[in-house]
Amino acid sequence: MTAALQSWLLSPDVGIVLVGAFVGVASSLVGTFLVLRKSSMLSDAISHAILLGIVLVYLITGNQYSPFFLVGSALAGVATVALSELLARSRRVKSDAAIGLVYPLLFAVAVVLINVYARDVHIDAHAVLLGEIGFVWLDTTVVGGLELPSSLLNIGIITLVNLLFIVVFYKELKLTSFDPALAAALGFAPGVLYYALLGLTSLTAVTAFDAVGAVLLVAFVIIPPSTAYLLTDKLWRMLLYGAGVGVGSSLLGYPLALALDVSIGGMMACVAGLFLVVAFLVSPRYGLIAQEIRRHQQQRKNARRMLLVHLYSHENDRESLEENAVTAMQTHLRWSPERAREVLMDSLEEQLVEKHRPDDRLTLTSKGRILAQEVLEPWRRGG
Amino acid sequence: MLELFSDFTLRNVAMGAALLGISSGVLGSFALLREQSLLGDTLSHAALPGVCLGFLIAGGRNLLPILLGALVTGALAALFVLLLTRRSRLKNDAALGIALSLFFAVGTVLLTYIGNQNNAGQAGLDAFLFGQAASILPADVAVMAVITALSLALVLGFWKEFKLLSFDPGFAGSLGLPTLLLDIIMTVMIALAIVIGLQLVGVVLMAAMVIAPAAAARQWTRRLGAMVTLAAVFGALSGVVGAVISALATGLATGPVIVLCASVFVIVSLLFAPERGLLWAALRSVRQRRELHSHQVLIDLYQLADAHGNPQYPSEAGMMNLYYGTDARRALRKLASKGYLVKTEHMREEGPHWVLTDAGYERARELLGEMGLAA
Repeated sequence: MTAALQSWLLSPDVGIVLVGAFVGVASSLVGTFLVLRKSSMLSDAISHAILLGIVLVYLITGNQYSPFFLVGSALAGVATVALSELLARSRRVKSDAAIGLVYPLLFAVAVVLINVYARDVHIDAHAVLLGEIGFVWLDTTVVGGLELPSSLLNIGIITLVNLLFIVVFYKELKLTSFDPALAAALGFAPGVLYYALLGLTSLTAVTAFDAVGAVLLVAFVIIPPSTAYLLTDKLWRMLLYGAGVGVGSSLLGYPLALALDVSIGGMMACVAGLFLVVAFLVSPRYGLIAQEIRRHQQQRKNARRMLLVHLYSHENDRESLEENAVTAMQTHLRWSPERAREVLMDSLEEQLVEKHRPDDRLTLTSKGRILAQEVLEPWRRGG
Repeated sequence: MLELFSDFTLRNVAMGAALLGISSGVLGSFALLREQSLLGDTLSHAALPGVCLGFLIAGGRNLLPILLGALVTGALAALFVLLLTRRSRLKNDAALGIALSLFFAVGTVLLTYIGNQNNAGQAGLDAFLFGQAASILPADVAVMAVITALSLALVLGFWKEFKLLSFDPGFAGSLGLPTLLLDIIMTVMIALAIVIGLQLVGVVLMAAMVIAPAAAARQWTRRLGAMVTLAAVFGALSGVVGAVISALATGLATGPVIVLCASVFVIVSLLFAPERGLLWAALRSVRQRRELHSHQVLIDLYQLADAHGNPQYPSEAGMMNLYYGTDARRALRKLASKGYLVKTEHMREEGPHWVLTDAGYERARELLGEMGLAA
């Protein structure tokens, strides 16, 4: 049993998919709150800025596997946001420009340092952007008698930490995300929680850095929660669906990348994007198609009501024979023949009107008359 | 080192970098004023798949199709952002992040695909990630010059409209200007600025070049014309200096060096620009605090004198220092230098005392009057 689990864990395929899935879950957990707070682009700033933390710690300690990496890059990530906010608060530039000024500077410094100390820093610029998830299974650690990829262990721990943070501070996070003013008034210190969230985002970013690089991480942080946001209004469901999209992207992205022989991390991010596009189109409530259907139904309903009102207002007048006939729908209401037929069929089906042979005269049923009265004199409703 | 680069190559690099700086400074000014800095970020990352597609279609590292491809995918990304914000419940920030990361992901997939087809191709395209001054050819400079000229003509042609749209879009709409069309043209302009810089700065950092020169220029002036001109100058200077440094040193990616140069302009401008400079603001606030303090000391001396019914009442310096902390000495000296106080030796063993002069007495009454307190 253990032997089987061991060989399963050490197979490259399993290692890669598991790391991808955990990156997806860990990122979307923190990403959910960034998306809800309308600060998604901070993940872009953080994921670029942590490179400076990584490079500086590397140059100082000279050690490739040092716990200082976590501290250094978490600090770099949080410092980027703090610097941007400081700059925006000085009111010399707007907040969007402040973000766009600070993180490229830190990132540029990091890349130049990598270039200058190329012999000492074993980070190549390519991997920085794209990650090397394909090699995660090469480096392993033994935990509790079980050998497993180090990346898997690290990202697994971060996923647990993120999960724990959200479970413990669920109520506070919910309140600060949806009503920061009330949260502050109740004394929840939204600022502290916010920076804790940014710190966790940085930790997630640095842990996932080897696997997916700086830019693709943004895809894992923003796209799954946004997909979930299109599907639900409940916070816990959003967290759950987001994690699901993260896992699904890894499961589908890996074989696709293998089949096409292209970047694995890139393909996983593309699949996440595909999930988003699908949700954008077919989400039951917020999807584009659902919106169109609702609009079309509303139009048909309005047309039916118009027909009823027309019939009602001419029910007892001299022209009723001429007005209340099928042909009048085209000549007087100026509907196209197709539209007229559609509205008539709807109305007949709902037993709002009756058609009489031989002159195609239309009369209201009692149900239709009540509806027309309601439209014309809504204050009488129920009276 | 220098022998490796003939003057000819260096001149090429410098010209390309100047063009890049001018166009990103000018076009970036409008992006900055319209608070679309992060759109520039998205558009520059979204250029990557376009670069790859241009390469695949042209079958080689030919600048024009590559830049056209980048322009097309940049425009598609902008449309995608627009579609998501208009037709879904996602907010602008999420839409920008989604477009940025998704287009970049497609770009990485295409990049690795090209790399597997032929290795030389990927090596050529890697220059577009972080920029590579050395890879620039005279033909590339010509392409950049044409695009720069085109976008500058666009800015000059629509100057009045762009100005109005940047400062008061609501009013522009009410005047009957086609705001949607102008919006599209301005977005295309941001994409153009990015496309021009791709080869030298690369997709990752090009967004910074759109923001930085404009943000630096904004600190020095309130006039749009001056801002755009200054941004062009700052952009060109940082482009040329950065590109030449990276061309002379081996292994330095050009983009980051150019961005560092532009950041120096931003930092200097933020600190030292007249009026808006943060340093001057800090000095002003220190000066104001000191002046308020010396006013307070003067008024207290006046009220002490008043309470004792003696305009020449000598207040003891030691007591003043104790009351205000050591800072009082500076304020007292300053008041004395203005002729509001004189030092007297009232009681030798107790140290110096301060007495209001007539001018000081009058000034204190004046200050109290300004504060609305009857003197």
